[in-house]
Amino acid sequence: MNTSGGQQKLEEVLSRTVSKRELFFGFLKIGLLGFGGVAPWARHVIIEERRWLTEKEFAEILGIGQILPGPNTMNAAVMIGDRFQGVSGVLLCLLGQMAMPLVIVTSLAVVYERFAAVAEVKAAVTGAAAGAAGLVMGTALKMARNIKLTPLALLVGSIAFVAIGVLAWPLVAVVSVLVPLSVAAAALERRA
Amino acid sequence: MNVGLLLPIARVFAILSLVSIGGVNAVLPEIRRQVVDVQGWMNDATFANLFAISHVAPGPNIIMVSLIGFQLAGLAGLLIATLAIMLPSCWLAFIAGRVVTRWSDQRWIRLLKEGLVPVALGLILASGISMMRTADQDPPAIAISLATAAVVVFSRRNPLWALAAGTCAYVVALRFGLLYHP
Repeated sequence: MNTSGGQQKLEEVLSRTVSKRELFFGFLKIGLLGFGGVAPWARHVIIEERRWLTEKEFAEILGIGQILPGPNTMNAAVMIGDRFQGVSGVLLCLLGQMAMPLVIVTSLAVVYERFAAVAEVKAAVTGAAAGAAGLVMGTALKMARNIKLTPLALLVGSIAFVAIGVLAWPLVAVVSVLVPLSVAAAALERRA
Repeated sequence: MNVGLLLPIARVFAILSLVSIGGVNAVLPEIRRQVVDVQGWMNDATFANLFAISHVAPGPNIIMVSLIGFQLAGLAGLLIATLAIMLPSCWLAFIAGRVVTRWSDQRWIRLLKEGLVPVALGLILASGISMMRTADQDPPAIAISLATAAVVVFSRRNPLWALAAGTCAYVVALRFGLLYHP
């Protein structure tokens, strides 16, 4: 219901304005929650919780972020900040996203030696990592379902998944072959 | 604090920022080569420790680089390393975002955006699988991964609950001796 459901809904989201305050606190939350990768949490906060973007818009921004250097979610933060509040929006999104992780990682580095040997701590870390893996997979599947990919797009997505996730082929090579193919597929399906 | 290190830290990570297509995980081997082999800033054991710590913390995976800066030169090192890994790639993203918005009514930009969507989704799913391969050494961990994925797909609730439940479940599994690697 929160996705591509009808033109009216889409326009409602497109005309949405997001204040500087909202951007900063939204990304602060994304950074703070971002265990095991930021993308699932960025999607949760931006689409399900605050409805800044549609599922499709978010996926497009992540897609552009993916082919540029740097983490795709950080590139997405730059583009989302610029879209709603220009340069100051970019700075607020980046600051928000990095603030808590930096505090937490330095604190962890200071106490790590003392707790790394405790079995329960180790188990908790493994449990959280297993959950985070599921979180990332679930997010990709949910986005694919909500966007209603065309058959060719589904094929391209599956090839990307198998090439990187199963066969562990080099990312840059896979992306530079698949993106032109995927664009051609999109052009074909538009015409059909 | 070692002030003489700040410039080389900035140089090494600013260059890595520009080539890190696919994020830090894609250039992790190169980061290790630079930090351990080329610059001789730390040994492999220290590097592995920093890697583990940065994966427990939330946030973008470039905080691994921030932590290397922190280890080398304290807070100044943290700041310099973070800015060096962020600025070049963020600058590019800013320009790319403006270009895409400026020409968003062009057919080829629309097609490019549309074509990137399935590739991005496939890659996210792939990173989930490779995280699962690293984390899931036994049946309880695999069950936690699959259950968390199911919660995300079928519910709009904050996934933090699923993550917390999975963490507790694994500690309980340890208590009851269900793990191969306690």
